[in-house]
Amino acid sequence: MSHGAPVNVHPVYGLMAEFDTPTDVLLAAKKVYAEGYRRIDAYSPQPVHGLAEAIGFEKNRVAFVCLVGGLLGLLTAYALQVWINLVAYPLNIGGRPLYSWPSFVIVCFELTILFGGLSAAIGMFAMNGLPLPYHPVFNVPQFAAASRDRFFICIESVDPKFEMAATRSFLESLSPESIAEVPY
Amino acid sequence: MSENRNTNVVAEPAETPVLAPGHTFETITDKISSIVLTDGISLGWLFLLAISGGVAGVLGIAATYLLYKGVGIWGINIPIGWGFAIVNFVWWIGIGHAGTLISAILLLLKQSWRNSINRFAEAMTLFAVMCAGMFPVLHTGRPWLAYWLFPYPNTMQVWPQFRSPLVWDVFAVSTYFTISLVFWYTGLVPDLATLRDSAKNKVARFVYGMLSLGWRGSARHWHRYETAYLLLAGLSTPLVLSVHTVVSFDFAVGIVPGWHTTIFPPYFVAGAIYSGFAMVLVLAIPIRAAYNLRDFITDRHLDNCAKFMLATGLIVAYGYVIEFFINWWSGNPYEWNNIMNRFHGIYAPFYWGLVAINLGFVNVLWFRKVRRSPIILFFVSVVILVAMWLERFVIVVISLQKDFLVSSWGEYIPTRWDWATYIGTLGLFFAAFLLFIRVLPMISIFEMRDLLPAAKPHEAEVHS
Repeated sequence: MSHGAPVNVHPVYGLMAEFDTPTDVLLAAKKVYAEGYRRIDAYSPQPVHGLAEAIGFEKNRVAFVCLVGGLLGLLTAYALQVWINLVAYPLNIGGRPLYSWPSFVIVCFELTILFGGLSAAIGMFAMNGLPLPYHPVFNVPQFAAASRDRFFICIESVDPKFEMAATRSFLESLSPESIAEVPY
Repeated sequence: MSENRNTNVVAEPAETPVLAPGHTFETITDKISSIVLTDGISLGWLFLLAISGGVAGVLGIAATYLLYKGVGIWGINIPIGWGFAIVNFVWWIGIGHAGTLISAILLLLKQSWRNSINRFAEAMTLFAVMCAGMFPVLHTGRPWLAYWLFPYPNTMQVWPQFRSPLVWDVFAVSTYFTISLVFWYTGLVPDLATLRDSAKNKVARFVYGMLSLGWRGSARHWHRYETAYLLLAGLSTPLVLSVHTVVSFDFAVGIVPGWHTTIFPPYFVAGAIYSGFAMVLVLAIPIRAAYNLRDFITDRHLDNCAKFMLATGLIVAYGYVIEFFINWWSGNPYEWNNIMNRFHGIYAPFYWGLVAINLGFVNVLWFRKVRRSPIILFFVSVVILVAMWLERFVIVVISLQKDFLVSSWGEYIPTRWDWATYIGTLGLFFAAFLLFIRVLPMISIFEMRDLLPAAKPHEAEVHS
């Protein structure tokens, strides 16, 4: 494929099925995954426990990013204070040692929390690919209820198993409230 | 998580539920978002905003005059260089603590009743810390140079002194504000998406859409989101306990009689949470009446907050008793002189006022009738806020007033500019809060929906 005008290999983004309750969407998600679909996503107004696992999501690295950020903060604070007190601006106060590490503890603690917290939040949004104001799923009118009281599963057209007719009839077998094509 | 919630509800049938019966995902969403989206501006709200905005204007005038004349317009002097600025700083920052306690510690402890009060309590924290931060900055006398407090490479080749508690305080307070803001905003994102999808107005849709970062409720996103939320709660928990600890170091690390004591950190933290819950109640009680939110902020919520106040208030009372005992037991004449100055000095009415309230009056909260009566509880909370302000005045001013040398004793009389600055921050706080409840969901919508039994997939069906 050349870098000219985008060629839409798939006419739609995917097929979306709407469900009424967390139980329904969770059951359906498990069936979709068991059927062999992998490029799928589920949407809910509040977290549904087990839903992410049901669609095969395992790589949650938020905690790791937070840990790295926190350690970096700790290191930054320690290095900064030692360098300032011993090298850049040594002050003799009452003959006390320049390397008075107990007084560095507080700032080390604060920057650990600061860097760790910022890494957790920014890392979470970044790994989620947010901010992203536009997304094809918003084109489905029913999807407005995904932030209120409805639950959705979307099988994306990039999935190797995706075939418009077959996938639609499979989704129908899950008895959803509605099925909609997701245009780009 | 939700398993515990359910067993809680079942195990205590006599207890009022944390969410009134009969609600669905939809009613919760509509009830909370309608306050922002469809209810319009009420006259009462406008009236209160006008008053608090006007009072905030007083702060503007006081600060402007301060910039023009310098800190001499305040009553501070040598030996009492701290005065109102530090009294109010400690008071405001203490108030913030309840917000973080509710949002972080109660989340980790799986207290589901927090879900309806965490959002506005966190907003309260942010506004309180803003008001608090203003005082030390104005107190520097040259606020435009306040950035000197931070370490940065500069042509003067000087750096902050990291062995001083005042520098620790800069880091503690700025970290506290930043993390509270991030925690609050992270919690808001899914609700902003709800507002984006419910709003009819184009501008509102756009603004909420941008603020929600395009949140679409993907299961993968929720998974990472919940981890991050829990991590932020875990990080905020030691943080909230540390902030007032570090504030107390400003005093305890000094050698001034009345300050140099190891009980300060725990007793400051307890006092902070105590006054913070009082402010939560001062805000929650009128709000739930004005916006008819009794289904979400039930009597049980008020009861629980009151119990927190009682428990932390008694810790504070214990602090007073121990402080007195240690000063007597140590046989240190300067410490004893400080106690006698509290008992009999010119500020003795302040001291006895706080003793009367924090040792005596607070015990009315033992009575269920008081805890369950919103109007009485409101007034009790206001009295407690006053008492905690008096406590900080006693700590700051009485200790500085008479230290070791009689020749360096002095007096501090707050001027009208001291009062104007203080009252002005009250106006700023309430004006900011009023704006907040009009433009953002003051109760966490997605966390309230999560309280419904329907939010939990039926285990039996899913595993069959």
